[in-house]
Amino acid sequence: MTSARKPRRPRALAKCPSGIKGLDQITHGGLPRGRPTLVCGGPGAGKTLLGLEFIVRGATEHDEPGVIIAFEERAADLAANCASLGFDLDRLVAERKLVIDEILISRADILETGEYDLEGLFIRLGSAIDQVGAKRVLLDTLDSLFATLEDTGLLRAELRRLFGWLKGRGVTTVVTGEKGEGGALTRNSLEEYISDCVIVLDQRVSDQVATRRLRVVKYRGSLHGTNEYPFLIQSTGLVVLPITEISLDYPALVGRVPTGIRKLDEMFAGRGVFRGATVMVSGVVGSGKTTIAARFLEAACARGESCIFFAFEQSPAQIVRNMRSVGIRLDKWVKAGRLVFQAARPATFGLETHISLMVAALDAHRPHAVAIDPISAFEPSLGQPDARDMVMRLVDVLKSRGITALFTGIAQAGDGETTGFGLSSLIDTWVLVRNLEQGGERTRSIEVLKSRGQKHSNQVREFLITDRGLDLQDIYMGPEGLLVGSARAAQAVRDRAAGAALEASIAEERAALRRKRRSLQAREAELEAEFAEESRAMHRRIEEQRVALSASASGRAKIAEGRGLRTEPAAPRRDGRTS
Amino acid sequence: MSRPARRADAEWELRLYVAGQTPRSLTAIENLRQICEEHLKGRYHVQVIDLLVHPRLSREDQIVAIPTLVRKLPTPMRRIIGDLSDTERTLVGLQLRPRKPAGAPP
Repeated sequence: MTSARKPRRPRALAKCPSGIKGLDQITHGGLPRGRPTLVCGGPGAGKTLLGLEFIVRGATEHDEPGVIIAFEERAADLAANCASLGFDLDRLVAERKLVIDEILISRADILETGEYDLEGLFIRLGSAIDQVGAKRVLLDTLDSLFATLEDTGLLRAELRRLFGWLKGRGVTTVVTGEKGEGGALTRNSLEEYISDCVIVLDQRVSDQVATRRLRVVKYRGSLHGTNEYPFLIQSTGLVVLPITEISLDYPALVGRVPTGIRKLDEMFAGRGVFRGATVMVSGVVGSGKTTIAARFLEAACARGESCIFFAFEQSPAQIVRNMRSVGIRLDKWVKAGRLVFQAARPATFGLETHISLMVAALDAHRPHAVAIDPISAFEPSLGQPDARDMVMRLVDVLKSRGITALFTGIAQAGDGETTGFGLSSLIDTWVLVRNLEQGGERTRSIEVLKSRGQKHSNQVREFLITDRGLDLQDIYMGPEGLLVGSARAAQAVRDRAAGAALEASIAEERAALRRKRRSLQAREAELEAEFAEESRAMHRRIEEQRVALSASASGRAKIAEGRGLRTEPAAPRRDGRTS
Repeated sequence: MSRPARRADAEWELRLYVAGQTPRSLTAIENLRQICEEHLKGRYHVQVIDLLVHPRLSREDQIVAIPTLVRKLPTPMRRIIGDLSDTERTLVGLQLRPRKPAGAPP
């Protein structure tokens, strides 16, 4: 196999993995090694936390000791603040993997009486770095220096010198900076000195939901994700949630996946839906969508596949309990670890964060099938184009991993067919469940609206939820139209009776035919016997006449002889003799 | 005689932090010597600490700028940065006052 020789690419920029989930993906490897990175944002945006996590993970996971120079908080406060994330700064200090130096100077006790420089800072930094052989440094936050020292010209010159010096020491530095007014990145233009990599953290509140976002504004010498990515501060640190940029070229799988309801599979030419398909089950409340989703996952678990149930309306305990009443045992699979529930109220986070959390769950559990119940919980936001993009990305992720996904959607009565929640183009297979009210009772119907790439039944069938599971029945077409429920049962009885009557009459006619044949046969025999009788009689008569004729002829001859007369030659006798 | 500092006559404990034998450091040392001789004769004690030799000592007094003069005693601690060329400010910073005519505001 020959391949063209690839042109030699220049060596890529060395990267320093931050250890922060998602950040290393967006930056394609981490922060620029040996260079400073600026992290800016408003108060409470998470800058210090990001820097701390960078240092702590470097020390614990990448064997790179670190130095934290704290200009605003005391070391004890820092340690207390991040203890809740599981970062034990004191222990790291004791293990000589970390040095924390406070540089707390207030304007009140600084008086400038002549020329000076910031060599003290360099010396302290250098000493701290040497103490543990640090490879990572956090400066949090340089704004304090600007607030304290009057001579900004000197300060700027020294900062320029500082970053040059840090590069010379080969340490990867994170510097935090307060966001500037009116669109400026930082209040004190720190981005003038730190231009290798700039990350902006943002916290926005929209519709009463606060979403944190991270954006890599600049990364010299490297490709990076340029979008805003939502991130969360969870109990183990920062989690940046990049929706992987996926192009629309995932493979089309040809395997089929049973839905868990045999008769529903039959509506798909007997084999079920495509693996990796997006299936939507929509219908009004109470039509059984969650049940279908639960059954689908139960069947997948029974096949040995792992599943995730994303619940946005009911608690997992509630779902498990409800499903048990129809014979679907989800608790078994939860215990076995094959089924995982992830539940959240839609209002807790923005849609992007929800989607990001779902993708994170997909990464963590690697399922073969998922259920999202209901996707319409996000309906208010689904109207917006950004939100649709997010769901589209989720679908892209699912398809690129070959995960079969079942979405449920609650529709208003009457528009079950028309509403797609804006997602109809993303759906491969659409099953509509309807409630029918007829003859004073409610039943359910199920039909397949569409199923890309496969033949499917166009029949509407009755859908039953019993305590032994789900089942489909053919719907009777009565003279007035569709019949379901007890009307169907009644019609079935009538039809059976009619069928029986028909059969009875057929049997009767058959018997009559047999009788007729028998009588015909009898008549035939009679006629034949008669005919035989008559023909015998006729033969007898013929024979008698012949005898009589021959007797009369011989009599005449005798008489002539007696008379001595020669008679004219007699007619030749029959026997040929002449007299 | 210089007016004493706010507290009762205590020994003055001063520390001057420098970084090597730079011109600025030497200027600061010289300026300090002059001020002390003029205003604190006989009751001061100066320590010159070269941070290039003892870098860790920078932590105790929170030294960022060089040179920095720290008045340890009398309390409260005072920090003055610069080469002390501005004598007036240095004295204000040390809470010393040059001898002024009586009646004039301090």
